[in-house]
Amino acid sequence: MKEVRHMVILTHSTGHAIRAEKVLHAAGLPCKLIPVPRYLSSDCGICVQIEEGYAAQALAVLKEAGVAFEGVYKEESK
Amino acid sequence: MGVRSDLIYLDNPATSWPKPPCVTEAIVRFLNEIGANPGRSAHRLAVASGRVVYEAREAVAELFNAPDPMRVVFCHNVTEALNLALCGYLRPGDHVITTSMEHNSVMRPLRELERQGVAISVVACSPQGFLEPADVEAAIRRETVLIVVNHASNVVGTILPIARIGEIARRYGLLLLVDAAQTGGSYPIDMETDGIDLLAFTGHKALYGPTGTGGLIIGKRVDLERLRPLKRGGTGSRSEYEEQPDFLPDRYESGTPNVVGLAGLSAGVRWVIAQGVESIRAHEMELTQQLIAGLQAIPGVTVYGGLDACQQTATVSFNIAGMYPSEAGLRLDEEYGILCRVGLHCAPNAHKTIGTFPYGTVRFGLSIFNTAAEVERAVEAVRALVCSGRREQ
Repeated sequence: MKEVRHMVILTHSTGHAIRAEKVLHAAGLPCKLIPVPRYLSSDCGICVQIEEGYAAQALAVLKEAGVAFEGVYKEESK
Repeated sequence: MGVRSDLIYLDNPATSWPKPPCVTEAIVRFLNEIGANPGRSAHRLAVASGRVVYEAREAVAELFNAPDPMRVVFCHNVTEALNLALCGYLRPGDHVITTSMEHNSVMRPLRELERQGVAISVVACSPQGFLEPADVEAAIRRETVLIVVNHASNVVGTILPIARIGEIARRYGLLLLVDAAQTGGSYPIDMETDGIDLLAFTGHKALYGPTGTGGLIIGKRVDLERLRPLKRGGTGSRSEYEEQPDFLPDRYESGTPNVVGLAGLSAGVRWVIAQGVESIRAHEMELTQQLIAGLQAIPGVTVYGGLDACQQTATVSFNIAGMYPSEAGLRLDEEYGILCRVGLHCAPNAHKTIGTFPYGTVRFGLSIFNTAAEVERAVEAVRALVCSGRREQ
């Protein structure tokens, strides 16, 4: 079975991540809130994890809804 | 509602009571099932707590047609929100315009700022509490940066024409700060069409939330760099930096918020939206007119304000000839179970404007939960008080 690759969307804060998740779910895009990976940021909050295939669409949806985010990154596994 | 039927609660302009059952349920649910700190950790209960805060932001933004939920900055009450707006925005050399009907939550920060070199113009309202927008325009100077007005008086309920003031503010490139303590939830407010740049609201009055909730909604014309935070500290964001974040709402929200309170506020605002502000307003207007007419019909009772429910909130101030407001308030409570507020209502200049300084008035303030029968009982109690007072003379 092919491993699904994920991207993570970093936001300003937990509140922004929750908002992003809500907007993405409303648009029918599967995503999940996870702790911010340490290799990306020393922030103590959460970020949005999304399957790589949905990432481009997700960013468009967030931009359209005026939801601020800091960046999108490939998820790494140790 | 399960409310004690022997009491008539008419102190709603201070804090509304009772609350809709959904508010209590939301508070209990948060404490029993969530309870965690929002935005600090990443476990499921922390995220659930974060959702409670975010949902409250969305509800408030929807009710007031705010430009964005993230522009809703939560504070402990409207006083803190007004302090943030006034002390954060004004600088020595600036000029600010306000009215003679303001609460001390506006006047006290302004008087302190005046000591620091901010110039203040207090535009006089009529003895009924009405404001003429042209008087606001006439007070504008080259140094004017802000107009701050209450949307409705907490003493006589008189509604100020904020949309017209908002239009003036935009025309002159000034910001409009509105103190919506007495109207948020019971009178329609639309930040966009009313031209409001900074909207200070409280949660525990007509939004039917608990005490300890409120906030400031920051419009898009406000320069965030100029608007300094009142406090700085942990936000759960940008934790690697010792400087305060510059984005909304974290720039103005430091320390663990009152999540349990916001759970209740969120439920209260959703309840208000479901009822419909217009429908709440219609009910309160009907009772207000009944109350004004009933009190006016009693010889020896003076009712203040515009005496027209269409032009005021459900707050009615009056006095009984030959009786101090404090005595009337005590007797209404002890002999009739009617709970109201007497005195100056933290608004000395408003009482000077309507001619009731320094003794103040007796204030009856209604909510959606009051009934015509309660208003009738309250009017009869005042009538009985007048009669008994006369007998003793």
